[in-house]
Amino acid sequence: MNDSVIKTLAVSFLVCLFCSLVVSYAAVSLRDMQNLNKLNDQRIKILKTAAIYSPDESIESQFARLTPKFVNFSTGDLLDEYGDYDINTYDPVYFSKQPEHSSPIPASEDIAIVKNKENIGKIYLLTDSSQNLEKVILPIRGYGLWGTLFGYIAIDKDLNTIRGLEFYAHKETPGLGAEVDNPKWKSLWDGKSIYKDGEVEIEVIKGKVDPSNQMASYQVDGLSGATLTSRGVTNMLIFWFGKSGYKETLKNINYDS
Amino acid sequence: MTVKQYKQILSKPLLEENPITLQILGICSALAVTSNLLVTLVMCVALTSVVSFSNLFISIIRNYIPSSVRIIVQMTIIASLVIVVDELLKAYDYETSKKLSVFVGLIITNCIVMGRAEAFAMKEKPFVSFLDGLGNGLGYSIILIAVAVVRELFGSGTLMGYEILPLVSNGGWYPANNLLLLPPSSFILIGLMIWGIRAYKKDQIEPNEYKLSRHATAPDLSKKELNV
Repeated sequence: MNDSVIKTLAVSFLVCLFCSLVVSYAAVSLRDMQNLNKLNDQRIKILKTAAIYSPDESIESQFARLTPKFVNFSTGDLLDEYGDYDINTYDPVYFSKQPEHSSPIPASEDIAIVKNKENIGKIYLLTDSSQNLEKVILPIRGYGLWGTLFGYIAIDKDLNTIRGLEFYAHKETPGLGAEVDNPKWKSLWDGKSIYKDGEVEIEVIKGKVDPSNQMASYQVDGLSGATLTSRGVTNMLIFWFGKSGYKETLKNINYDS
Repeated sequence: MTVKQYKQILSKPLLEENPITLQILGICSALAVTSNLLVTLVMCVALTSVVSFSNLFISIIRNYIPSSVRIIVQMTIIASLVIVVDELLKAYDYETSKKLSVFVGLIITNCIVMGRAEAFAMKEKPFVSFLDGLGNGLGYSIILIAVAVVRELFGSGTLMGYEILPLVSNGGWYPANNLLLLPPSSFILIGLMIWGIRAYKKDQIEPNEYKLSRHATAPDLSKKELNV
């Protein structure tokens, strides 16, 4: 008799036990590989942003060219240490969700809908063989149309010229907003300037940039059919290069070098 | 069972009893993951392996499953298989798993998996159940691949990421059809496929569930029946 209480309980228990063993075995045995994939995925994006990625070399050795630094957003200081946290594994996005390590952004300043900002961020410095600064790679994020876009932006040693832009996670519409991943569009950013007289002027405009325009070096072609995503990218840059973002930090980098 | 019958179990769900076009099951993922052929292929492999193995395992223990908890026992097995597939994808094909995101997990709720478990694997022997699952998974795959080829080719001018029709936005001549990049376009494509298949195989046409009645005559307002 299949429907007795004892048998029902026994079969349920055995099925659950067996399934949970299989699931936990799969999860545990594959975890290292998954974590490595996740880490490498991020690292490849950072290397691509810095335009030094080559698929043939090991990611580990390429990544060693970058020096990570902590950033104190309230003072703009660059730090080598922050509490007991290991700088190589420190994840600013994770800490932006911990109330004791982050602060909410007042709605009036929060144009990119970042909501909570970590107190201590993390940036990467790319130096040449004699320790001269070449590029700075900064993590940025902000709201597009469907969700937050997460990415990195690389700027030149003059701390004003953009050298690369990459997004590693977003939820934008394929073919429209998701064209932020289009290599052709991303290449438009190289050489654009951010600040004009201390104000963030970089902007994704609607339509194509007119090269004769005197603001042309502060403008990037809009993504057709993705006005809100384009506006989101602009807002994100205004926010992260503004005074609640990296503005003070960039001054300090300038001072140091 | 003869080899011929095995073949039939495997081939029937491909066109004649296709889970998507005849039974209209599994539509949700058919809309969501078909904008890119590579992602679609991975999804098809994932679903086909889940439905085959869930059929196999459920069929093995079918005589011991108490009928009062049979659905939840089936769900436990299906869910475990889906989690294993998801973990494997994250470990071996991280790029695609990122694109599929939640849709691998949603195989649990795919009606094809549950439907085959309940309708077939609970009654038949393990090997035929496995074949039935495989056939249904392939039937699902055929439709998805067909939809994905149309959507990716005419929506972004590429196939498997390789450029076939150079887009105007990349300096080519083909103006992309943006409608095909949005999920509702799959509705239209699947609808056209169902139309095509049913025009060819008339026995798939369902009888009307109701008959239109004749128009009622307009109420005669001169009578005092309408005391509104």
